[in-house]
Parts: sequence; structure tokens; C-alpha cells
Amino acid sequence: MSIIFNILIDGISYGMILFMIAVGLSVTMGLMKVINLAHGGFALLGGAFTHWLTVQAELSFLPAVAIAILGVVIIAILMEFSLFRRIYEFGELEQVLATIGIAFLIIASVNYWLGSTLLAIKFPEYLSGSINLGFRTLPVHRVFVILIGIVVVVALYILIERTRFGVNLRAAVDNRDMAASLGIDTARIYAITFGLGAGLAAFGGILGAELLPIEAYYPLRYMVLFLIVVAVGGMGSILGSFLAAISLGILDTAARYLMPDFSTIIFFSAMMLIFIIRPHGLLGKS
Amino acid sequence: MSAGLEVKNLHKSFGGITVANNINIQLKPGARTALIGPNGAGKTTFANLLTGILQPDSGQILLDGIDIRALGQAGRVKAGIAKTFQITTLFPEMSVRENLRLPILEREGYGAKWFGKSQVNYAADDEIETLLDDFQLTKYADVTVGQLAYGQQRLVEMALTLALKPNILILDEPAAGVPTSDSHLITDAIERLSPDLSVLIIEHDMKLVFRVANSIVVLVNGAILMEGTPEEISRDQRVRDVYLGERHE
Amino acid sequence: MNTVRTQPDPGNAIMRFLKKRIAVYALLIAISIAVFFLFPYDLGFLTRIIIMMIFVLSLDLILGFAGVATLGHAALYGTGAYMAGLFAVHISASPIVGLGVGALSGAVIAFISALILMRAHGLTLLMLTIAIAEVLKEIANKAQTLTGGADGLSGIVMAPIFGQIEFDFVGQTGYWYSFALLMIVLFFLHIITDSPFGLGLRGIKQSTARMRAIGAPVYWRLVAAYTVSGAIAGIAGALSAQITELVSLNVYDFSLSAEIVIMLILGGAGRLYGALLGTAVFLIVHHTAASVDPFNWLFIIGGLVLGVIFFLPGGLLSFPKKLGWVTTWFSKQPEETPR
Repeated sequence: MSIIFNILIDGISYGMILFMIAVGLSVTMGLMKVINLAHGGFALLGGAFTHWLTVQAELSFLPAVAIAILGVVIIAILMEFSLFRRIYEFGELEQVLATIGIAFLIIASVNYWLGSTLLAIKFPEYLSGSINLGFRTLPVHRVFVILIGIVVVVALYILIERTRFGVNLRAAVDNRDMAASLGIDTARIYAITFGLGAGLAAFGGILGAELLPIEAYYPLRYMVLFLIVVAVGGMGSILGSFLAAISLGILDTAARYLMPDFSTIIFFSAMMLIFIIRPHGLLGKS
Repeated sequence: MSAGLEVKNLHKSFGGITVANNINIQLKPGARTALIGPNGAGKTTFANLLTGILQPDSGQILLDGIDIRALGQAGRVKAGIAKTFQITTLFPEMSVRENLRLPILEREGYGAKWFGKSQVNYAADDEIETLLDDFQLTKYADVTVGQLAYGQQRLVEMALTLALKPNILILDEPAAGVPTSDSHLITDAIERLSPDLSVLIIEHDMKLVFRVANSIVVLVNGAILMEGTPEEISRDQRVRDVYLGERHE
Repeated sequence: MNTVRTQPDPGNAIMRFLKKRIAVYALLIAISIAVFFLFPYDLGFLTRIIIMMIFVLSLDLILGFAGVATLGHAALYGTGAYMAGLFAVHISASPIVGLGVGALSGAVIAFISALILMRAHGLTLLMLTIAIAEVLKEIANKAQTLTGGADGLSGIVMAPIFGQIEFDFVGQTGYWYSFALLMIVLFFLHIITDSPFGLGLRGIKQSTARMRAIGAPVYWRLVAAYTVSGAIAGIAGALSAQITELVSLNVYDFSLSAEIVIMLILGGAGRLYGALLGTAVFLIVHHTAASVDPFNWLFIIGGLVLGVIFFLPGGLLSFPKKLGWVTTWFSKQPEETPR
């Protein structure tokens, strides 16, 4: 029992992290039809900024996180304007290469700035203890991550389903030419979505630093992981990303607990199986 | 058994929408049949059912009396059904010559041959020259297709399709997107097609239809509204209402 | 209307083929000889370049010609390397037979994975190629008793080539052995890409819908191309195992798969000489830059990749053309000008 409980708690919190990082990627990939291998770079930048702010500038956690996310959003929007806007028009292969190139540049920059060692983040006291539920104790950090994850999901749901921006965004994902002809400013939607996605990735990167440690090679090391969440969930589907992130999180955690020798094989085999059954992912459309 | 293509009681629906409703059409050798109808009438769907891109829910597609529904796209091409696309679909980075060479190689079964520009290529060369000649493309033979004017690309598309030596030729809006000044190129090319060939023309341009077709089928909402000679069609009040009216008056 | 043209004599096909290529082959041989004498102490590095050239050529067939994007080509290379390595350790030290084993195992693994891969597109395809390489890597890691796991497969000792030519410590034999294979592979790929099959692959890249509409079995063509590509990648892997006498898990690395794509695009995809040029430039820049500082290397390669993608979409090979040197050899052959 206890091991199942642990797997669920760890798996779900891991899944929430994956979701936060990957959801922006999924939406931008579905919206702009772009394959972006540099997205993990935003999570890295979020983590790196927070590391610098909490460890070197000795700022407290919450303001540090806020500044870091804001910084990443600004950088992302600048990059959208200067680089990605042109990349959208490229062929698939050119997109892959251009975004790998961008990932390289982000890695090199972070390394130039902070070196290639582990970039620890100083989490506040109140996140490092554990909660006693009476029958069992839980690490506060995991609970916090899960709660934040739920808040993000709900906030995204409201944003997508209940706001004018969400309506336009959904229209543009469905058919961007149609949306443009209806007078929706798609360029602005792209930029906002890209910035939001990057901000969420930064947040996920910061919160997930215990599971996916922040260091310069982060974007390449976890790139495949994030892309798998997107591909399994189905490009452009927020709910799909959520389901994919949570189930992959639980699957991976379970495999690590129960069959540590075969966790990688199980993880990738499960993914291949999903693609054979559903070539466009769980909730993707052809 | 009857020669040519015969479609019997063809039915297809997507979800709840019926896109082909009990269609019966016969194309005898030498037929020049036009398929007309308003946008969304199911004309392209019908063409896709014939070429095997889509599978019908029920009904038969008989080629020389043999049901070809089990054949895939490649099989139907080999059986003699070829189609031009509504939007030009060519090999844009190859020369016109290469665009014509590929279908000939496939037709002759040399497509998987991995060595040598063998004899067949020289045999193909003569055939390519003839096609270039027929479609007045000789002077563009070595031009990259992507750089040709759209009207010329439409001609390449027809030449490429004819290179498959089909018995049944389906032209999906052959004149769509071609500037009026060039549309005579298309009409002329259609008129020069071999008299043995069965041709099904899907077209909006009524001038073209009336000029080249000797039989017209009007499709509305996936079903045949009426069928007849161009004169009969142009006289029919229902056709004028649903189709000619909205286009020409 | 009939244009006047001469009917070429079919018997002369081989002569015409050679005439068209002979100058380039001669140039490559001249370069290899010059480099051999100019850099006698760098033969190890030069041999590595040659092996990678073979590997990148194998990628060019499937990516450059057929247009199938893959980030898992290391799966084929790595399998060739492990199989040739195991063959040498356990069965026979003959290098030539070992190459055959590498080619065969690369082809087999490529054929099996192609059955799945060639039905997928876009992101799904990319993810599947990555997944296959990762799974193979993990299998090699876990099969420790056989492969040596993370320590790598060692104990490979090669017999003399044809029982005559010994592998020497300086690497002269290895250099010429690899170079000879490069020329054979290049010659073979020239034949394939000139053939109806090769033309069909370019057809699939440019318009899959049209290829289907002219009755071509697109799926099986791609499976065949991937299998051939796998055999060549397997040869490259086997060569690397034979010459370094070691196979490590790195042969399956994602970064290797990504780097060869970069090399290919850098030189110019869909043109075999582009694969050669891109590999040489990438590895030489890497060799010089990375020895100074591995992270500055990432600045350079990142910038290089973006620069090529944004400003030189045809790769370095299209550079002379951009400058208007249309009379250079490389641009003289129209069927080798892909984009």
C-alpha cells in the first residue's frame, strides 16, 4: 500500500512538473505548427535566474521566482519577435535544426554566466519539511507542487474556455488562416502564447529542480522527455498534455520503484505503443 | 461485361454527413463526361472514391466489369485510372522532363530499379519528347517545374497523368487558377486527348464544360440531380436554379 | 516541333557515369593523399572524419533524398558497431567479414524499425526515431555480460585485411581502409541516387501525394531506402568498432544522431558532396574549438547552424552558387540541385 501511495504522490508531482513545462510547448507547436527543441531552455533560464537570485543575490524565494519568470517571459517574447517568427515558415527539418541551434546558444550562455555545475535553488523553510496526515507523512514540496499544478490547470482552463483570448486561441489552433480572416490578430496571439508557455516552463523548471536538476545541459538532457509529453498528448491539446504528463509521470515513477533496471525501456516502449495505436497522440487530431 | 468504368449505387458518409448518395455513373471508352455541381456537392470526394484515396461505404466501382474496390491507390493506377489534382501536385524541384519520366518509370515497373539509367530511360526519352510536343512544353523541358507559370504547370500535370497511359482520366478542375488568357491551353489540350480515352472532367468553368463535354452529370449534396447532353442540361430549370443560376446570372 | 537530339549509346552508360564523376573521385583521392602526407600525426582524427562521412552519407539517402526527418540514426550505426565488435571478439577477427556483419545488422534493424517509422510523420516520427535509439542503448547497457555495459565492449583485435595488410599503430592502414570504403559507398550511392529508385525517392520528398497518384508504393520505397541507409550506417559503425577497437554506449547517443543531421544540413542535404563537406567542416571546427573550451564550441555550432538555416538554406555547398560561380562542378549537375 505504502509503495503505491508513494508512487502516486511522486508520480503525480513529477507529472505536474512535466505538464507545466510541456503545456506551452504543446500549445505553441499546435498553434504555429513548429517543432521547437529549445523549449527546455526556458525552464533552464527560469531555474538559472532563481538560482542566481536566491543563492547569489540572497533574495527570498517568492520574489525571486516572480522576477525569474518575468525575465524569462520577456526574453521569450523578444526571441519570438526576432527568431521564431521566421522559423514558423521553415520546413520541419529546418525547424528542428534552428531550434536545436537556439538550445545550444542558451546552454552556452548559461554556462558562460554560471558555469557547468549544478545550479541549486534555495527553497524556503516552509517547503522543505513534511506534513503529518496522521496515518502518513508527506513531503511539503510534493504537495505544494501538486497544488500549484492543479491551480495552473484550472487557471489555464479558465483562460482557454472563458476568456476572449482563449476563444481566439482555440480558433487559431483549429485553423489559423480562418482565424486570421475573421480578423483575429494571430501574430499577437502567437507572441502572447509563446511568452505564457515560456513563463510556465520557467515556473515548472524552478519547482521541478529537485526532480530535474538545473544545470547548463538541461535543455538537451530533458528535451526528449518534454517532446514525448507533447507528442503523446497530441500537439496543441492542453488536456492531452495533462493526461500524458500525469500518466508518463506515474509510469516512469512506478517503473523506477518497481523495476529500476528496465525503467527506460518500459518508458520508451509504452510511448511507442501509444504511437502505434494512436499515431497523433492521445488527443491529437490528424 | 461492359467496357469502361461503371459506378453502381456508390455511397459514402462521414459521421452523419452523406457525401456520396447512391451515385450511378457510366463512362464508356471515349466518353467526355463533365461532373458539375455547386461547391461542397461532393465532386472531389467522388473523384477520391474512384482513385482509392477514400473507400466507399457501399456500392460498386467496376472497371471493365471487374470490381476494383479492393485495390489501393497504386493498384488502381496500374488498372488504368489516373487523376489530375485540383491544386497542382507536381515535383516542384524537378525539371518538366523529370516530372514526366517518373510516371513512365513507375508505369513500366522500373520504379524500384536501383541501378543504372538503363535502356528504359532511352525508350522513355522518346515518349517524353512526344508528351512535351503534345502539350507544347518542349521549350520548358529543362525548366524546374516550380518556376513555371501556373497555366504551364497545369499542362505538366495533365501530361504527367497521361504518361501513366490511363484508360480512365479524371481531371479535377483542370482550369482552376489558370488565368483566362491561358485557359485556351487547357481546353486545347483536352480536345487533343486520344478519342479512346474515357475522360471525367470536374469543372466549374461552364464555357470549358460546354466546349469539351458530350455528357454532363449534375451533382448536388452528394447525389445526382440529373444527367444529360449539354443542351438538355442548359435547358433544365432545376439545374439553372441550383447551379447555373448562381454562377452565371 | 521535334527537337534534334542524339540517341546516346546505352552500352556507354558506365563510361558516361564515370566521365561525369571521375573528376570528383580524382579530386577526393588527391585530397586524401595530400592530407595523409600533410598531417601524418592526425591520422586517427582524419580516419574519424572519414567514418563519419560514411555515416552522414547514409543519412543523406533517407533525409536528404527521401526527405524523412530522423533524430535516431545512431540506432543503425550503433547496432552495426556492436554487432561487428561482438563478431570480432567471439567469432572471427576478419575485418571484411566484420564489415558485412555490420552492414547486415544495420540493415536488419533499419528494416524492422522502418516498418513502424515509415507510417508516421512529423513530431511522432521524430519521437519514434529517438525512442528506438534510446531503447537499443538501454538494451546494450543492460546486456552487460555481452556488451560490457557502461564500460564498453573491449577486446576487439583485428586480423590483417585480406590476411595481408596489418593494422598499424599509427593508423595508416585504418586510414586507407576507411577511405577505400568511403569511395565504395560514395560510388554505390551515386549509382542509387542516379537510378529510377533514387529519382523516385526525390519524388517522395517533393510530393508524396503525387508519387502515390502515379502508382508508386511509397511506404515500401521508404522502407527499402531506410534499409539501404541502415546497411551503410552499419558499415560506418563497424568501421568505427574495428578501428578504435572499442564500442561504447555513446554509439547510440542522441547527440550523435543530432550532430550528423547538423553536419548534413551544414554541407547541403540531398547532395552527396554536401554530406562530405559538412562532416569535414563540422568535425574540424569541433576539433579546434572544443579542444579550447567545450562550451564555447556550443556558441560556435549554435551560431553556425542558425547562420546556415537562416542565410544559406542549401548548405555550404550552395555557397559558390550564391556567389554566382555557377560554373563550379558541383552546380553543373542539375539533378543534384535539390532546393
